[in-house]
Amino acid sequence: MDKSHVVELDDVVIRFSGDSGDGMQLTGTLFSDTSAFLGNGISTFPDYPAEIRAPQGTVSGVSGFQVHFGSRKVSTPGDFCDVLVAMNPAALKANACWLKRGATIIVDNDTFNEKHIEKAGFQTDDPFRELNLDGYNIVRPDITTMTREALKEIDLDPKSITKCKNMFALGICFFVYHRPMEHTEHYIDTKFAKKNPLIATANKLALQAGYNYAANTHAFANTFDVQPADLPKGVYRSISGNQATAWGFIAASEKSGRPLFCGSYPITPATVILEELAKRKDLGVKTLQAEDEIAGICTAIGASFAGNFAVTTTSGPGLSLKSEAIGLAVMTELPLVIVDVQRGGPSTGLPTKPEQADLYQALWGRNGECPLVVIAASTPSNCFDYAFRAGKIAMEHMTPVLMLSDGFIANGSEPWRIPSMADYPKINPPIITKAPEGGFMPYRRDPKRLARYWALPGTKGVEHRVGGLEKDFLKGSVSHNPANHQNMVNIRAEKVARVADFIPKQEVMGKKSGDLLVVGWGGTYGHLSTAVSDLQKEGKSVSLCHFNYINPLPHGVREIFKRFRKIVVCELNMGQFANYLRMNFQEFEYLQYNKVQGLPFTVTELKEKFNSLLTE
Amino acid sequence: MNDQYKYTPADFKSDQEVKWCPGCGDHAILSSVLKALPEVAEALKYKHERFTFVSGIGCSSRFPYYMNTFGFHGIHGRASAIATGVKVANPKLTVWVPTGDGDSLAIGGNHFIHAVRRNIDINIMLFNNEIYGLTKGQYSPTSKLGKVTKTSPFGTIEHPFTPGELVLGARGTFFARSVDAEVGLTKDCLVAAAKHDGTSVVEVLQNCVIFNDKTHADFALDKETRAEHTIVLKHGEKMVFGKNRDKGLVQIGMKLMVVKIGEGGVTIDDILTHNAHEPNPGVHMMLVNMRYPNYPVALGVIRDVPDHTYDDNFYDQVESVKSKRAIRCVDDLLHSGETWEIK
Repeated sequence: MDKSHVVELDDVVIRFSGDSGDGMQLTGTLFSDTSAFLGNGISTFPDYPAEIRAPQGTVSGVSGFQVHFGSRKVSTPGDFCDVLVAMNPAALKANACWLKRGATIIVDNDTFNEKHIEKAGFQTDDPFRELNLDGYNIVRPDITTMTREALKEIDLDPKSITKCKNMFALGICFFVYHRPMEHTEHYIDTKFAKKNPLIATANKLALQAGYNYAANTHAFANTFDVQPADLPKGVYRSISGNQATAWGFIAASEKSGRPLFCGSYPITPATVILEELAKRKDLGVKTLQAEDEIAGICTAIGASFAGNFAVTTTSGPGLSLKSEAIGLAVMTELPLVIVDVQRGGPSTGLPTKPEQADLYQALWGRNGECPLVVIAASTPSNCFDYAFRAGKIAMEHMTPVLMLSDGFIANGSEPWRIPSMADYPKINPPIITKAPEGGFMPYRRDPKRLARYWALPGTKGVEHRVGGLEKDFLKGSVSHNPANHQNMVNIRAEKVARVADFIPKQEVMGKKSGDLLVVGWGGTYGHLSTAVSDLQKEGKSVSLCHFNYINPLPHGVREIFKRFRKIVVCELNMGQFANYLRMNFQEFEYLQYNKVQGLPFTVTELKEKFNSLLTE
Repeated sequence: MNDQYKYTPADFKSDQEVKWCPGCGDHAILSSVLKALPEVAEALKYKHERFTFVSGIGCSSRFPYYMNTFGFHGIHGRASAIATGVKVANPKLTVWVPTGDGDSLAIGGNHFIHAVRRNIDINIMLFNNEIYGLTKGQYSPTSKLGKVTKTSPFGTIEHPFTPGELVLGARGTFFARSVDAEVGLTKDCLVAAAKHDGTSVVEVLQNCVIFNDKTHADFALDKETRAEHTIVLKHGEKMVFGKNRDKGLVQIGMKLMVVKIGEGGVTIDDILTHNAHEPNPGVHMMLVNMRYPNYPVALGVIRDVPDHTYDDNFYDQVESVKSKRAIRCVDDLLHSGETWEIK
């Protein structure tokens, strides 16, 4: 056996791809978890079809999972991959465009037969030539055959045996990138050993067989080492945006003492938030899977009226359905958090693909003068913080808060240094416990925040009525008085505007003046910050101003903007935030960089754009 | 100290001017509700502050403003969804939903049937006037086939819903029916609804004096007409009706039939006894579907079947999971599952 040469690398991107039933999401997750335990920086992104099981062997049925791991903090799943694992010709075809020049391609050679090649829609019998893959390092082990061979002693049906081939592929990758197998073996044991010990044994054998195959053959001239990243000390876990959102709400519930209620209707890519909350009955979380999107938010509004911290979760089409009820929450001035995990639109659009095109809808998609707080999370793990802050603002300012996430950060995951709840502030909702002298006035307000008081049904002496009709500015009784309406419109707007006094000032990443200011918001943070920091390392005069608070905008924006020669607003829509900034700060000129392809930005294209703006 | 649950109708009446049209059936219903609540409070030991009214949109939905209780005037059709949230958030509240035929059977039809299906413990008061009143006279999902309205100038071509049939179809556990003018009967139905655990639907046949006057008059015009053409059902009692209580219902095969007691050898023993607690909805379905002139219209508590409620099951599940839990706070949660340390 020849010793392979060991090469040290800063970072590596691997894309696992196969048929949607091939277990590629699990394979990718196991690789990424293993790398996280080694202390690497990690970012992952699953790319799966909207169909659960699209026709086998076709391009539309390809499911992928990309892992980016490095010896430094990693903020994006990577634009292009160093290694593509393709379990069939369709997977190769669907992902060839994401290869770095000269990348390694590992395919299951057994599937490169006439039938599968034709199913994948190739015109010739040589997919590699057809895709112009000369100059790539193509490795073609017979994965299916070798898996079957390795498991021939196992008394399992052929279908279950063949299913283990993803572990064979994972074993290969573990060898090539010097990863230990203990975590995966442990996972397999806990997952399968109880149900069927034979399946656990089979998967572990396949994993080992893949590892041995890579070690014993000359298929890989080199193996690679990626050293641990210099990450802050602490206990870490892996977390996805949707999971972090759910947990952030539970944290806000704990810190406010208000029970958490979530009324939602399943919708991709937001459903996981409801699922995560439904698991947490141990913490007293109440979830109600409603009959539709409207009932989702209406049960939440009812729960808020009755004194719970209420949330509802959805994606764009569901947000459209909730519009009228959001207006009701604005009018009744009740705390409520609405999460929109954005996906490609309009209409049903691209359910599993990220986009940032719901911003206008979030800001203005309701009848009447109907302001609410809009905030946007920007990484998988900070969904926790923004869900928490959404709850804090909603309950302390007595207003609905719309939290924007997107399919990219919601499904993406990263290592997260586990915070201590002792470091999070208490949340103080303005609950009234007994009738004040002179009687309770439902629309009397706290003079600082302009929040009205929360009088919970069941509390003696504060019986009152609220509703969607315009209310008298103090008594809360129905009022059609013209001056009262003007007064109420003004005060609802002012209440939301004052939230700006309670949120952090806008910050800038990099120097506070220069040639180019990159502006972004929400889920594009990983790509924008990576591109900007790469250019900063090259000595370019570029900084990043990334927004999490959208309405109201934080203080300090104008002071930042005026110190740059050029401003470019980058977003995954046709320029919604750019127009919003034009409306708010008319004195600046905003260049735009927009992409609406159901895909995140690539760092490469961003750097090209910024470089060209810097030299123009 | 039973006194603490003693209230009068005035305790539940708000200071707001009632703005329904003069002669509207809603006035009588309001009066029934004001009479029912003290009785409910005393019977079930509810304090005043536990009463919560949640409505949608329409004439009926202005109801919460006229009550001195917690009240929420929601949006069109969504009252039962909002009320569901209220009840789940605080199951100690007694939640009442005044609604109309348009509000709960057209725009809110979905929420209505799902509230009934879940059997959440709320009391729905469905004011059925077979017309849209607040929008000034368009046909509703309960308007009779052929009804001429502003949006059906040549008569409707749609079959109406029978609310009771819808409730039974959605596996409802409680359905009662009354007529607005029968203040006492409506009150009795509301008290029974409050005592029932689960979704209770009380349909009140209500007169819209402006846009659909006398729509129920054939059988409900006055006391005498009602005596002849309606039957007030009581659990455990014979199904007899008529001014002289000489008519009754018998079952022939899969059908009900009106008979005259004392004629053709029919005796009181032949008459059906009402069993509101029977889980099988067969007879209840026939009762809710009885129509004038072939049958008397059934009033009173038609169905009242005990079953698990959503809110009970909801909290039982939470408590049972809590009792076995390893995770007790957010810090526990964050450290659950796979973690690793960077030193």
